[in-house]
Amino acid sequence: MENPKREEKSMPVGENLSLKNQELLNYISRNFGGKHFLHGSIMDIPQISVEPQDLWSVCEKLKTSRHTDFKMLLCLAGVDYMEYIQIVYILYSLNKAHTLAIKVDLPYDKLEIQTVSDIWRAANWYEREAHDLFGVDFSGHPDMSPLILFDGFEGYPGRKEFPLHEYDEY
Amino acid sequence: MVSYDDVPISDSSSEFDMLLNMGPQHPSTHGVFRMLLKIDGEVVTHAEPHIGYLHRGSERLTEVEQYHQVVTLMDRLDYLSNFNNEWVYCRAVEKLIGVEIPERAEYIRVILGELNRIASHLLFIGTFGLDIGAMTPVMFAFRGRERIQGLFESVSGARMMHNYFHIGGLKEDLPENFSDNISQLILRLREDIEETDRLLSFNELFVSRTKGVGIISKDLAIDYGWTGPGLRACGVRYDVRKSEPYSVYDRFDFKIPTTLDGDCWDRYFVRVMEMYESLSIVEQALEQMPEGPVNVLGRRLVRPPKNDVYMKAENPRGEIGIYLISDGSDKPYRLKVRPPSFCNLSALKELITDSYVADAVVILGSLDIVLGEVDR
Repeated sequence: MENPKREEKSMPVGENLSLKNQELLNYISRNFGGKHFLHGSIMDIPQISVEPQDLWSVCEKLKTSRHTDFKMLLCLAGVDYMEYIQIVYILYSLNKAHTLAIKVDLPYDKLEIQTVSDIWRAANWYEREAHDLFGVDFSGHPDMSPLILFDGFEGYPGRKEFPLHEYDEY
Repeated sequence: MVSYDDVPISDSSSEFDMLLNMGPQHPSTHGVFRMLLKIDGEVVTHAEPHIGYLHRGSERLTEVEQYHQVVTLMDRLDYLSNFNNEWVYCRAVEKLIGVEIPERAEYIRVILGELNRIASHLLFIGTFGLDIGAMTPVMFAFRGRERIQGLFESVSGARMMHNYFHIGGLKEDLPENFSDNISQLILRLREDIEETDRLLSFNELFVSRTKGVGIISKDLAIDYGWTGPGLRACGVRYDVRKSEPYSVYDRFDFKIPTTLDGDCWDRYFVRVMEMYESLSIVEQALEQMPEGPVNVLGRRLVRPPKNDVYMKAENPRGEIGIYLISDGSDKPYRLKVRPPSFCNLSALKELITDSYVADAVVILGSLDIVLGEVDR
């Protein structure tokens, strides 16, 4: 299977984005520090990529800053790109009515990231689910016990390497 | 399996604490959901929800199915609002391949989606009454729901797993007698809803069991990622149909009902009011619906370009999100569903701690979960 990862994200900033979303991206990169941010978009949703060690502080600022005001974590998805696992956070602000996606790449040999469940409670179950399916460790999470798999399940069924057709159909 | 020994014992627990296992086979859990309650007398001191009994790996299965086959998997997520699930998935793929679907198809999708919302809310009202001990409303509610499903059967051929929304439009146009059927249905449905409403909403026993029970504050609900009727019961006027109008929702005149207290009765009553609004949307859509084709693609196999998309929609239970990644082949590379029930249910632990055991059942019922969607 071919890896759909875009070629080094050479996409110009905000090609598909509305003016409001471009301003949001500019504000974030000006104030939350960063050369190491890579910008892009998920269709019409602005998106930033951050390093794993910066994630928690960026998320905290995104939630508390008056201009961004991301009080809501809508979605936390793990994606297996074979060489690394990407975690996608989708945030929403009810007051400002804007959405932001954050992407974090985790290499296979260091599948560990700081939890954000102390920032948004919604992350609690999402992170347990991502731990079940992809084997990502969320350090600082209060309870990492299996959520949707049973205790003692071997392997990570979200990953591409997990065999899908070796089970008999009933 | 988790044994009883694994349940953490809080410092405040007394020697009178008892462990109570509720589910997975329990009528009040609406599916296969299990919670371990630690109770002191009648008060829940600690709760531990367990999900995953219905985990079928739907998200992973999409990676080996072609795009048009995935619609059938979407049906089986939230199996009480099948049309709404198909709809948001089809919109995600249509956005990836850049297709505008015909107006008639949009209107038919709105009509069926809103009728499905009514059917889902009717089932909620019936079973919520059952949780409390009201045996009658469920009969009326199921009668109304059955009428809607009869119409769905005449349209799609199936009562529940329709597979009627295809990428690029619909499977086929509506049957010939549809307009007669639906005008009769709307008349009867309004009576059904009013009857259930009169029977239950301001019933003194019902109100005293639900009012002031399971209160969640606005900030906490937002923190837990609540959406849909649960969030609107806390006074937040957030509905994807209004905040980011999709399809043709910007052409209809409808209100977003909200209440202020955020307790079980409010969550119930928001849904009742939503049903009236949905009926009015259906009526408006029927008036405005144009003639024309219902599908633009004419083929089922699609190969979207390499890209990813996040699409959201308002389901009966809240906001559903589809995060879809395409690698240019005829199968999705990854599909992640953001299920509304999942977020709503994650707050349960906090809601039922320090409540009565009997209220725990009411609170769980008021969240209106569908385990097919929670576990996927």
